[in-house]
Amino acid sequence: MPKLTINGIEVEVAQGTSVLQACEQLEIEVPHFCYHDRLSVPASCRMCLVEIEKMPKPVASCAQPCADGMVVHTDSAVVKKARKGVMELLLINHPLDCPICDQGGECDLQDQAVAYGCGCGRHHENKRIVGEKELGPLIKTAMTRCIQCTRCVRFVDEICGTPELGGLYRGEKMEIGTYVARALSSEMSGNLIDICPVGALTNKPAAFTARSWELQKTETIDVFDAIGCNIRVDMRGNDVVRVLPRLNEDINEEWINDKSRFAIDGLKRQRLDRPYVRRDGKLVPASWNEAFAVIAEKLRGIAPNRIAALAGDLVDCEAMFALKSLVAALGSPNLDCRQDGANYDVSTRAASIMNSGIAGIEESDAIVLIGTNPRHEGTLVNARIRKRWLRGGCRVGVIGATVDLGYPYQSIGTTPQGIADLMFGKHAFAAILKNAKKPMFILGAGALAREDGAALHRVVRELAEHFNAVREDWNGFNVFQHAASRIGGLDLDFLPQIGGQGTRAILGGAMEAVWLLGADEIDVTKLGNAFVVYQGHHGDVGAHRADVILPGAAYTEKTGIYVNTEGRPQVALQATFPPGEAREDWKIIRAFSEVYGEALPYDTLDTLRTKMFESAPVLANIGHCEKSGWSAFGFTGEVSAQPFAPVIENFYMTDPISRASATMAKCSDEILPLWEAAE
Amino acid sequence: MSFLRPVKRLFLYEIVAGLALTFSYLFRRKVTVNYPYERGPLSPRFRGEHALRRYENGEERCIACKLCEAVCPAQAITIESAPRADGTRRTTRYDIDMTKCIFCGLCQEACPVEAIVEGPNFEFGTETREELYFTKERLLANGDRWEAAIAANIAADAKYR
Repeated sequence: MPKLTINGIEVEVAQGTSVLQACEQLEIEVPHFCYHDRLSVPASCRMCLVEIEKMPKPVASCAQPCADGMVVHTDSAVVKKARKGVMELLLINHPLDCPICDQGGECDLQDQAVAYGCGCGRHHENKRIVGEKELGPLIKTAMTRCIQCTRCVRFVDEICGTPELGGLYRGEKMEIGTYVARALSSEMSGNLIDICPVGALTNKPAAFTARSWELQKTETIDVFDAIGCNIRVDMRGNDVVRVLPRLNEDINEEWINDKSRFAIDGLKRQRLDRPYVRRDGKLVPASWNEAFAVIAEKLRGIAPNRIAALAGDLVDCEAMFALKSLVAALGSPNLDCRQDGANYDVSTRAASIMNSGIAGIEESDAIVLIGTNPRHEGTLVNARIRKRWLRGGCRVGVIGATVDLGYPYQSIGTTPQGIADLMFGKHAFAAILKNAKKPMFILGAGALAREDGAALHRVVRELAEHFNAVREDWNGFNVFQHAASRIGGLDLDFLPQIGGQGTRAILGGAMEAVWLLGADEIDVTKLGNAFVVYQGHHGDVGAHRADVILPGAAYTEKTGIYVNTEGRPQVALQATFPPGEAREDWKIIRAFSEVYGEALPYDTLDTLRTKMFESAPVLANIGHCEKSGWSAFGFTGEVSAQPFAPVIENFYMTDPISRASATMAKCSDEILPLWEAAE
Repeated sequence: MSFLRPVKRLFLYEIVAGLALTFSYLFRRKVTVNYPYERGPLSPRFRGEHALRRYENGEERCIACKLCEAVCPAQAITIESAPRADGTRRTTRYDIDMTKCIFCGLCQEACPVEAIVEGPNFEFGTETREELYFTKERLLANGDRWEAAIAANIAADAKYR
């Protein structure tokens, strides 16, 4: 534990801490560009120079490990002069185009030039010009602005695992670019916009639309996968301009995937902004009262056990709780939140969540992925696995399709036979698991939607127990969900009640009336002749089949609780207002219940939440994962020899919002072929 | 002094002196102008009606940096921007609410390309408020109409900047 003095303050830091990190611990600002605390250290920008006594020259603090007895000065005359010099050097070739640069107002170079620069330039020579690079539909380049900090190169190399960027030529002629002109194939490439300290890489879909100072910021939760990434939604007026990640070490660190970041233009297209009722085979606009009256009249004429409700993937807990209460009031036991038809044992919470946690991946030393492609189903989990693999001492095995995950892994077969091979020690990976201290088994929820999903669930539970992955101090059994609403639905017991039917029976044409709460990932032709109420925000599959459409709010337009795949409830806050006559989902259900004559006992979000927390106490523990008891769960059954099929066909179009997004359509056209070519 | 006072009072000295001053103005140069047929001089720094200028090749100067919108203390300026067909950054909307404007001139101080300026025109009174909500077209038309005067003013003031 070296002890050193910085600006006269004595501090003791952990072995291996750099001087810059020690300064940050003391909240002493050291300007820097190339250093980023999640990337390797090239010490190339020289902005972080500090003076260390007994060293002949100023030292780059990002690459200088702390040593015992060091005396560091960060505000001496030498340091100030050095910073001025470095800043002048960086600005020799940096264009003075801040007024047309989208980074203007939130630019590291701009801020630091004001704070540490010398106020005027002494160079009158022409600045260098660098041609634009084609980086795909998401990132706009202005490479003349680049200061060659190589953060972007290190990000795609280290975090994404898709080494497509690099520095070409040398010295003043150095350029950052792809070696061949084509789109970046990473699904996390949007983060380049955030880490670029200047305006060289900017947001292409939001180009030139807004300035950072005119945006209203709302801190909320992402719903495009079950990771529950912490995001910040920036609005201009009632328009969502951009989505940025928020720091949460337990979940997404400081990254988000491209779908979360860029699918927001889908929030403006294909929206349901008023109720519709189907008359003579055509959907015609109606008022709320008319729509409710039609539904109430229809439902009164149907036997309760022929009424069902299905919840989709983007639904908040409040809406599901309200709908569950409504369905109970109607007297029906038929409801399900698993629209993919999964039917595994959820008697204990540990059977459906990621028990190790996302941060737990970093402790693990052997990981087996079963029937899941985390790169598509939850990009940030894949990034965590890559981070763990990069640190060394961790082996990854995959039972399922061989796809490019961004890190090497051992394939243990493409069929469930791989599970048996591990169990009986027939595969070499079994020995690795035997010796592992904290093995992790990650079972994709997509695999659980197979015909044999319920049996598969039990087999993997037995596998985890066989390798002693479930202990007092460690639980290595993980079900990896990919729908934001799923764990919330399971916690609320939005499942077939006693004598009730689940998704498969509801889609078997057994129902006369079905209430679809944002459920679009189903085959609507299987609903038969049922009377369909679709409550949701986009005119997608469900709305096309619906007999009555009730326009709801998308995730940026309502306050709601979502539970992520770890079982961590988080509150999403309202950023904008729903369009037209659309309303928050729980309010729609509450309003209908009154028309129907079975008024639900809550008028405000607070009273609804109080009731909800009474029936599902785990949801009240906002921001924390609740540990749950272990039991020998799982249903017996035959496991088929069918290979695992990919759950997500098109990463960029998985839900009604991203399917309505023009940016995501461009990504599907330009980036998906690159993935297919790579695999 | 004390004996002079009653004398001055007796002969109405103050009134005579005052009338004499008034009378002397009959022989001096007139300061009033016969507005609107005659006009007084205006400083090159005069802050009158706003205008959006163009470059000599007809390209509009404004690049939608929104600094004028940010600096405007009366929040009279509203700008929306988007990439133009050729990929450059331009405004799609540039409105000034002249009923809010306080003619402080901060917008033209903030402008990095001398696009928004306050020209020498002060005669733009209207009968309705609606006519004072200036749009981009109106501002560009102002610029075209007053370019010669504005350019001369900027040139005259340039050496003090």
